[in-house]
Amino acid sequence: MHLALVGTPNCGKTSLFNALTGSRQKVANYPGVTVERKEGFFVTPHGRQVSLVDLPGTYSLRGRSPDEEITRDFVLGKADGEAAPDLVLCVADATNLRLTIRLLLELKRTGRPLALVLNMFDIATRRGVDVDVERLSKELGVPVVTSIAVRKGGTADLLRLTDEISEHAKAQSSLAQDRWEPLTLSQLRAKQREADRIIAASVSLPTRPDTWTARIDAVALHPVGGLLVLGLILFVMFQAVFAGAQPLMELLSEALTAAGQFVHEHVSAGLLQSFLAHGVISGVGSVIVFLPQIVIIFLFILLLEDFGYMARAAFLMDRIMGGAGLHGRAFIPLLSSFACAIPGIMATRVIDDRRDRLTTILIAPLMTCSARIPVYTLIISAFIPARQVWGWISLQGLVMFGLYAIGILSALLVSFLIKFFMWRDNAPAPFMLELPDYKIPRVGSIAIGVYTRAKMFLQRAGTTIFAIMVLIWFLASFPQPPAGAEEAAINYSLAAMIGKAVAPLLAPVGFNWQIAVALIPGMAAREVAVAALGTVYAIEGGKEAAEQIGQALATKWSLATALALLAWYIFAPQCASTLAVIRRETGSWKWMAITFAYMLALAYAASFAIYNMAVALGAG
Amino acid sequence: MIEENDTRLQIPLGTANRGYSGIIQHLSAQTAGSALSDHELESRLIELGFVEGARVEILHEGIVGRDPIAVRVDNVTIAVRRREAMAIIVA
Repeated sequence: MHLALVGTPNCGKTSLFNALTGSRQKVANYPGVTVERKEGFFVTPHGRQVSLVDLPGTYSLRGRSPDEEITRDFVLGKADGEAAPDLVLCVADATNLRLTIRLLLELKRTGRPLALVLNMFDIATRRGVDVDVERLSKELGVPVVTSIAVRKGGTADLLRLTDEISEHAKAQSSLAQDRWEPLTLSQLRAKQREADRIIAASVSLPTRPDTWTARIDAVALHPVGGLLVLGLILFVMFQAVFAGAQPLMELLSEALTAAGQFVHEHVSAGLLQSFLAHGVISGVGSVIVFLPQIVIIFLFILLLEDFGYMARAAFLMDRIMGGAGLHGRAFIPLLSSFACAIPGIMATRVIDDRRDRLTTILIAPLMTCSARIPVYTLIISAFIPARQVWGWISLQGLVMFGLYAIGILSALLVSFLIKFFMWRDNAPAPFMLELPDYKIPRVGSIAIGVYTRAKMFLQRAGTTIFAIMVLIWFLASFPQPPAGAEEAAINYSLAAMIGKAVAPLLAPVGFNWQIAVALIPGMAAREVAVAALGTVYAIEGGKEAAEQIGQALATKWSLATALALLAWYIFAPQCASTLAVIRRETGSWKWMAITFAYMLALAYAASFAIYNMAVALGAG
Repeated sequence: MIEENDTRLQIPLGTANRGYSGIIQHLSAQTAGSALSDHELESRLIELGFVEGARVEILHEGIVGRDPIAVRVDNVTIAVRRREAMAIIVA
């Protein structure tokens, strides 16, 4: 049996989806478009296998964006390669029914079997919303169930209904006809009036609005206070990413060292030992160490989203970003880009205006994504002293914050230039966004979200990164040095040849051939550069292979080189998957090439400037 | 609903100050100067609940040019820019 979840944005669809399917989820793309297709599976009390698709949130079936078109086509059974759902579950936030009831009235015209799920029913009851479920069901002419996605057993009614409907559907094979067509303005008005009438008849709303939301917003949306709060949240987030993850990362790093030791003691010296210790443990391990930071950044983003703060941030930033030619809605994609530019670029689909969307896509890779964290952390901990400034702020954390800030400022500058030179004469696109009531974030739902992301990261480390590391290890190990060679083994390898060939190009920015070797696989995924440096220096280091890579760098690089590499990483288009997503999302090679070229030019210019300034100041 | 507001002046919501509270009289997309077509703007406003007779209140304003505004529409809060709010005629 196939079910689909439909609802307005912020209706709690995703937490219901997580509650029903738990970790049995599959994330993919719809064919031909880059809309994320989230499917999950569960079994009903009667033992029926059910697949559930979480469709993108929408206010209507008009299909204004690729996301909304998917929702419409899926419901109508017109999506490529998708069967029409056997049952459409229209999810409503029980505290806020107006917009969903109108959507449901529109959905009714499609003729698909339909049910209304009043989600977050506990919150609604606590706020004094009193729903006459039977009356509502009678007025709407569809079954209505209540659910509390976060409570154990809170979806029992929904599961029972699914069983009932599927039995019913077997008996009655012919479906109602699809009579849906785009609504005219007067039909739209009529539907909203009808929805308001039905709500008036079956729901009694509390007289006062949610006081907590009002109280929090008095501060969080205050013109000045709100921006301070936003700045504070971002600052805490980055401190947590850097300082908070430290103990866990040390633990992981110690475990890897122990694993390296184990290999040294139990595997006889030779190629196999070198492969396990340098290729696998130093290489892949140096990426896995960053798992805690990636978990923390996704935790913050998911928490803020669940809490209802993301829309507020967009509200606060709308005109400020407008000064740089960006739309307020670009804030959320750009913030997601701090985790990874790929979901960030995909999230730009919420921006309806094509030009605004393109600008956002072009600058999203400038946001410091989590794949840069390994590189930044490595260099910062090797070159920036671990001391406190003003007694309580970690200097390393401050440098990290600075790197993020430079990324953000240059993104704003680039956006301003794009707007100024390319689209000066266009009126700004509108900004219209629902500010949902605040909700206490749902631990279970957040946990599933973080788990999914962490799994994706580890899968990448286990597949793509592992494959590249094997290649790097091979390049760094072969050909083997001739007998009686005096120099380090790596100097005779293919990697050294490639690195030395590219090195002259990078010499003006202070990079040596080892960095050049690391930058090449770093094109596939940024964090691989760290792993590649790990492998290169581990093989070069020979006996001191167990030595921490950070310490190795501190003795081998000048401060100027380290700073230049940081500058390079702020801008460099070092991620093939991001470029591939840009190509898909913009539908053209041109925009991908433009992104690549402008970022590479910025990277070269910035590291050139930083390197030469640092050398002039005596840090060479 | 409209009778009680008969004596009040009809103004575009886009010109109202923070704390303003009133009832939507009608939508007039052509006065807004939005980048959207009149039909599209009107559809979106209705989809977000801005229909005739709904009670609106301006709860918050942004820092730059007191824009955008956060508007309570019945029991939902919607953020819009003043430019688009010019299409909502209230009294």
